[in-house]
Amino acid sequence: MIVESAKTLLEVRGLRATVSGIEILKGIDFTVRTGEVHAIMGPNGSGKSTFAKLLAGHPAYAMTGGTIAYEGRNLLELAPEDRARAGIFLGFQYPIEIPGVANSQFLRLAYNTLQEARGKDELDPLEFDDFVRAKMKLLEMNPDFLDRSVNEGFSGGEKKRNEILQMALLQPRLAILDETDSGLDIDALRVVAGGVNQLASRDNAIVLVTHYQRLLNYIVPDYVHVMDGGRIIKTGGRELAVELETRGYDWVGAEFRQAARATA
Amino acid sequence: MSASLQNLVNQPYQHGFVTEIESDVAPKGLNENTIRMISTKKGEPDWLLEFRLKAYRHWLTMQEPKWPNVRYPKIDFQDIIYYSAPKPKKLASIDEVDPELLRTFEKLGVPMNERAALAGVAVDVIFDSVSVATTYKAKLAEVGIIFCSISEAVREHPDLVRKYLGTVVPTGDNYYAALNSAVFTDGSFCFIPRGVKCPMDLSTYFRINTESSGQFERTLIIAEEGASVSYLEGCTAPKFDSNQLHAAVVELIALDRADIKYSTVQNWYAGDENGVGGIYNFVTKRGLCQGVNSRISWTQVETGSAITWKYPSCVLRGDNSVGEFYSVALTNHYQQADTGTKMVHLGRNTRSTIVSKGISAGRSNNSYRGLVRIAPTADGARNYSQCDSMLIGQQCGANTFPYIQVHNNSAKVEHEASTSKIGEDQLFYFAQRGIGAEAAVSMIINGFCKDVFQQLPMEFAVEATKLLGLKLEGSVG
Repeated sequence: MIVESAKTLLEVRGLRATVSGIEILKGIDFTVRTGEVHAIMGPNGSGKSTFAKLLAGHPAYAMTGGTIAYEGRNLLELAPEDRARAGIFLGFQYPIEIPGVANSQFLRLAYNTLQEARGKDELDPLEFDDFVRAKMKLLEMNPDFLDRSVNEGFSGGEKKRNEILQMALLQPRLAILDETDSGLDIDALRVVAGGVNQLASRDNAIVLVTHYQRLLNYIVPDYVHVMDGGRIIKTGGRELAVELETRGYDWVGAEFRQAARATA
Repeated sequence: MSASLQNLVNQPYQHGFVTEIESDVAPKGLNENTIRMISTKKGEPDWLLEFRLKAYRHWLTMQEPKWPNVRYPKIDFQDIIYYSAPKPKKLASIDEVDPELLRTFEKLGVPMNERAALAGVAVDVIFDSVSVATTYKAKLAEVGIIFCSISEAVREHPDLVRKYLGTVVPTGDNYYAALNSAVFTDGSFCFIPRGVKCPMDLSTYFRINTESSGQFERTLIIAEEGASVSYLEGCTAPKFDSNQLHAAVVELIALDRADIKYSTVQNWYAGDENGVGGIYNFVTKRGLCQGVNSRISWTQVETGSAITWKYPSCVLRGDNSVGEFYSVALTNHYQQADTGTKMVHLGRNTRSTIVSKGISAGRSNNSYRGLVRIAPTADGARNYSQCDSMLIGQQCGANTFPYIQVHNNSAKVEHEASTSKIGEDQLFYFAQRGIGAEAAVSMIINGFCKDVFQQLPMEFAVEATKLLGLKLEGSVG
């Protein structure tokens, strides 16, 4: 929702970044205010995932130009764990398996770490168990998720639900979901989308990185951005996503290049 | 166990508490006269002197083992003082203690008043250990348990010592066991009589009459028919020693239906970050399940020493006897470990379990070496082995050397092995949920070691968990 009294959460200006010396992001401008839902779409290799991971502070990505401000602070000064504690959440495209660590333990440590960072009370294992089970019910998750090792042997859909569960527990200010919809069947998609919609409020914001318009049938974005070649080349409303679904991405690129030539 | 008892358990040996008399120090070097001098000083009976001399003569014919996957400069055995090595210099106050060591104590939660003692500061009485130990010993005596230093046992219970000493690890068993048999100065003796369940965990800390057991420690534990005991060795607080070479021998004997559980947490000085200094820990530990339905279980958490060479083993002679080995071996910086076990199945329906977890970080090298041998007599024997390695960083090594020898067709032997890595992506995943690298590694490692930790006595397990986190500090991220 676009809110009157919205505050700027994230302000990205002229962002450039490299992976192993190769420039992937080539000047991104992007602003997110509280209450908003953004969708970043685009073909494979356009830099969407790089952008998402860079915001979360993945060590493989080096920022080479531009600025990122999060709630007015220079994001670069924050370590990845501090970004998380400040309310940035990344839903992973490929959630990582952690053998030997029980999901319940992991979730509780994450939850309590954030509670502590927010100056709120931590939950003991019993209290947490009640709390997490209630959240899992909403996401139609089987309770034995808690006893399994984090993401180990989970199906693709289970991993994504686990990401949404974490988001529901951690209540981020800025949730960035990197292709959370990929590999989901229609039921899982509905559940995941339900989880996202439940989180959405006037105080936080959601950025969906997605390939397909499909997810946007369930989560209605305020803005749709098209990324290509490491830039955001077009921004529109919800209807842009529908248009992309029928016409593909090529025309957007062609339009952008034409405009670029015209101004050159 | 109460908190204060727990703190006592975690004390290292009381190095530095005994006033040395200069004349008790033997000159450097090893020959038959050195051995006679040790034996005379300790007022030993002739048979024990013979035991030592026989071991020494055998040792002279032996070669240092070359097969372990470890590297170190040649040891000069004539450059070692074999009796009453002088104590390290005492420090005048806690201000002189290495701040790094104090920080370690703080992390491990060692109470303030004990830190000075642990660090080797000359403090007269820090807490009253004698009264606790005396009460403890009296309680054990009530049920007929003998728990004392091996020197005391030689004096007070010579027949028992003579009957069992060297029966599990013979004097000529291997190079370091032979050396130990020739020159051991002290160690622990424990005897649980028929049918007695030891009412508490026995810890080396509570052995009164603590002479420094030094580099060549000798331990002998006997559980008679139907007896059971849980024995704890070592402590999580870092243990410093001026002696570089340590060659201990531990022998366990379980008669019919007896049960011995032996747990070790080892955190000896590992050398500095550049691999300078540190203890060479060359240990022979072996248990004999002599009786039917007996059981011997080894649990070890090895985190210290520059070099570890250690294979706590079980000889399963009694029918239906059970051998177990649960191990966590962690190496960091330039540490080297070649450790594992031997399960020798002789009796019928004998069973053994091996769970080994190796963690390598820094530039360390960590090898599991294990033998499972099923003798022709061992009808229906079973073994299950699981050897997992975890690598942290790019410059460490992990190896598994399983030796499986099956001479009986009815045996079932299983071996599983895995290697995993703590990767950047895992740490990033934790970080993205607000969890810093230190807590993340600790959680991953504890998950990895869970199967071993749950074998440890509760309090020991908590300490071990903290210890591993501490040892890995700074090795990731």
